[in-house]
Amino acid sequence: MDLKIEFEEKIFENKRRSPDEFKIIANTLRQDIIKSLLLAGSGHSGGPLGIADLMSVLYFGGYLNYNPHEPDWKDRDRFILSAGHMAPILYAVLARAGYFPASELATLRKFGSRLQGHPGLDVKLPGIETSSGSLGQGVSIAVGMAMSHKLVDKDSKEVYSITGDGELQEGICWEAAMTAGTYGLDNFCWIVDNNDCQIDGRVKNVMSVYPLKEKFEAFGFTVFEIDGHNIVDIIATLDKFTRFHALRKGKPVCIIAKTFMGNGVSFMHDNYKWHGNPPNKEQAIKALEELSK
Amino acid sequence: MKTYEKKGDKATRNGFGEALAELGDVMPELVVIGADVTGSVLTSFFQEKHPDRFFSVGVAEQNATTVAVGMALSGKVAVFSSYSAFSAFRNADQLRVSVCYNEANVKIGGAHSGITVGPDGATHQSLEELAFLRALPNLTLVSPCDYLEAKKATKAICEMAGPAFIRFGRPAVPMFTNDDTPFILGKANILREGNDVAIIACGLLVWQALLAAEKLQEVHGINARVINMHTIKPIDVQAIVDASLECKCIVTAEEHQVHGGLGGAVAEVTAKNSPVPIEIVGMKDTFGGSGEPFELIEKYGLTWKEIYASALVAIERKNGTFNKIRQVKDIASYHEGL
Ligand SMILES: [Mg+2]
Repeated sequence: MDLKIEFEEKIFENKRRSPDEFKIIANTLRQDIIKSLLLAGSGHSGGPLGIADLMSVLYFGGYLNYNPHEPDWKDRDRFILSAGHMAPILYAVLARAGYFPASELATLRKFGSRLQGHPGLDVKLPGIETSSGSLGQGVSIAVGMAMSHKLVDKDSKEVYSITGDGELQEGICWEAAMTAGTYGLDNFCWIVDNNDCQIDGRVKNVMSVYPLKEKFEAFGFTVFEIDGHNIVDIIATLDKFTRFHALRKGKPVCIIAKTFMGNGVSFMHDNYKWHGNPPNKEQAIKALEELSK
Repeated sequence: MKTYEKKGDKATRNGFGEALAELGDVMPELVVIGADVTGSVLTSFFQEKHPDRFFSVGVAEQNATTVAVGMALSGKVAVFSSYSAFSAFRNADQLRVSVCYNEANVKIGGAHSGITVGPDGATHQSLEELAFLRALPNLTLVSPCDYLEAKKATKAICEMAGPAFIRFGRPAVPMFTNDDTPFILGKANILREGNDVAIIACGLLVWQALLAAEKLQEVHGINARVINMHTIKPIDVQAIVDASLECKCIVTAEEHQVHGGLGGAVAEVTAKNSPVPIEIVGMKDTFGGSGEPFELIEKYGLTWKEIYASALVAIERKNGTFNKIRQVKDIASYHEGL
C-alpha cells in the first residue's frame, strides 16, 4: 500500500463549538502529527497525540485570544508549551489556526525549517512565544509573563502553560509554582499532562511526583482533576478558570488532565515506549486509518 | 606618567545598584527580580524607589532567571541579580536556553564575584563564570573596573537590546575613572600609552595594572600600555591586534581562573590575527578560601606584583632572552626584589 502525505490547507476558527466539532479538530491535529513525524523520521509521537483534545479546545474554543495575522498582537493571551518535546502538536495547532501554511508541517525537524525539533524563537515561526525544551523553564517563563500582565501592566491577559508530568520532577517547576501561588496569579492556568508516562517508564516508578492535587493546592493553586480526553470536562474547567480570573479570585489554577499517551492510535495507546519515537510507514498508514474514522 | 589618580574607594556593586535606581525613573519598562540577597547586591536601591516594579522570588535563582525572561518576552527590561556563584552557575541552563537562545532582554547582575568576596570562602568565590558566559552566543559580557564604570556599564546594558551580564564585586575598591571617561560597550579604553608591553586587564585588576605599569616605568624605564577591557564579549579585537602589533607582547590580568577568561579571549584573538607572547595573570586553576580580600589577592597572585613580574617575563620572551627553566625562579626573585 502506498502512502502519499499531503496536508490539506484547512483553517479552524477560534470560537465556541460543540464537543463533536472539537473531536474532529483534535483528530485532524493527530493526523498532522502522524504525517509530520513520519516525514521527519524522528520526534515525539505519544505526548502530542495525548494532548490533542486539550489543545483543540484551548486554541479553537474561544479561550485563548490570539490573532494569526498579527502574531505579536499586544492584547493576545499567551500559551507556553513548557514540554517543548511536544512541539508537533503546537506546530499543527498553529498551522490550523492560520499562522502559517499547513504544508510547512512537512518540514518538521528538517534542515532550514522553522519547525525546529524543539520550539526555537530564533527561527521566527509565527505564534511561538518562547524557546522551550529544557524541561521546567517554559512554565517558569509563563509565570513571569503572568506576573508581567497582572502585576506590572495590570491588564486582563491570560497565560496558559502545559507541562508534562515527568517534567514535574524538575525542581524549577516547584519554584515556579511557589511564585505563582505567592503572587496569586489568577490569570495563570497551568495544565499538567498527566499521562503517567516518561521516557524510562511510568512516572510513579521512575520518580513519583504524586500526590499532585495536594501538592499544587499546598502551593496555593485551585486544582481541577479532569479527564483530558473528555471535551465536556475540558470546556467546563477552562470556563471555571476564566470565570475565576474575571472575578479576580487571587489564585492560579492548575488543571491536572488525566490523559493517555498516544491517544487515538490503538497501538500507541498508553505506551511509554512511544514517548520519543516516530511511526514508520506501515504504522503511519494504520494510525491515519484509525484517525480518519 | 601618571594618568589616573585614585579618588577614594567605593564598591562596584554601588555603581550597579545606584544605576538601576536612577534608570527606574526614566525607564518605566524596567523591572527587577530579587532572590533574597537584595541588600547585598544593592538591587535594594531600586526596590526602595520603585517597589511596584520589584519582585522577590526567594532563593530560587533558576526560577528568578526564567521569570525575568517571561517579563522580558512581555515587553519589559528585566534585571536579575544575585551572587555570581548563583546568578551564573545555578541558573546556567536557564541562561543558555531561555536568556541567550531566546535573545531575551534580560540583564543579569553577577555580584560578589571573584576572590575578593573574602571571608565567605571558596563556595562563594566565583572565579569561573567568564569562561562559561563567554561561550554563550548572543550574550554581552562586561566587567567594569571601578564604581563609576560599573554605573555607566549598568546603564549601557539596560539601554541596549538583548541579554547581558555584568560582573562586579563586594569590597570597596579604588575609584580612578572620571565622569568624562568614555564607556562604549565593546570598545576598550587605553588608560596608559606605551609600546614595550601591553597589559590588558578587567575589573579589579585594572587598577593593579596601572600600579604595575608605573613600577615598570620607575624601575626599568619600561613603557607599558594599559588597556581596560571592560567588555569581555564582544571583545575589542582591534585594540588587541593593535597592542600585539605595536607592543609585541601582552600580559592579561583578571580576578578569574587563568583558563577561559580574559586571558583566553585575548589569546584567541592573537592566535588568529597576530601571535605574540602572552602571560596570563589570574587564579592558577585552584579554589580560593576564607580571608580578607587584600590577603587573598596577595596569596593568589592577583596584585600589581604578579603583573609586573609577568610583564618582565613577557618582554624577555619577546626579545628571545627568556629561559624557560629560569621562569619559576625568576618570578619568585622578581617578587622578592619588590
Ligand atoms: Mg508524561
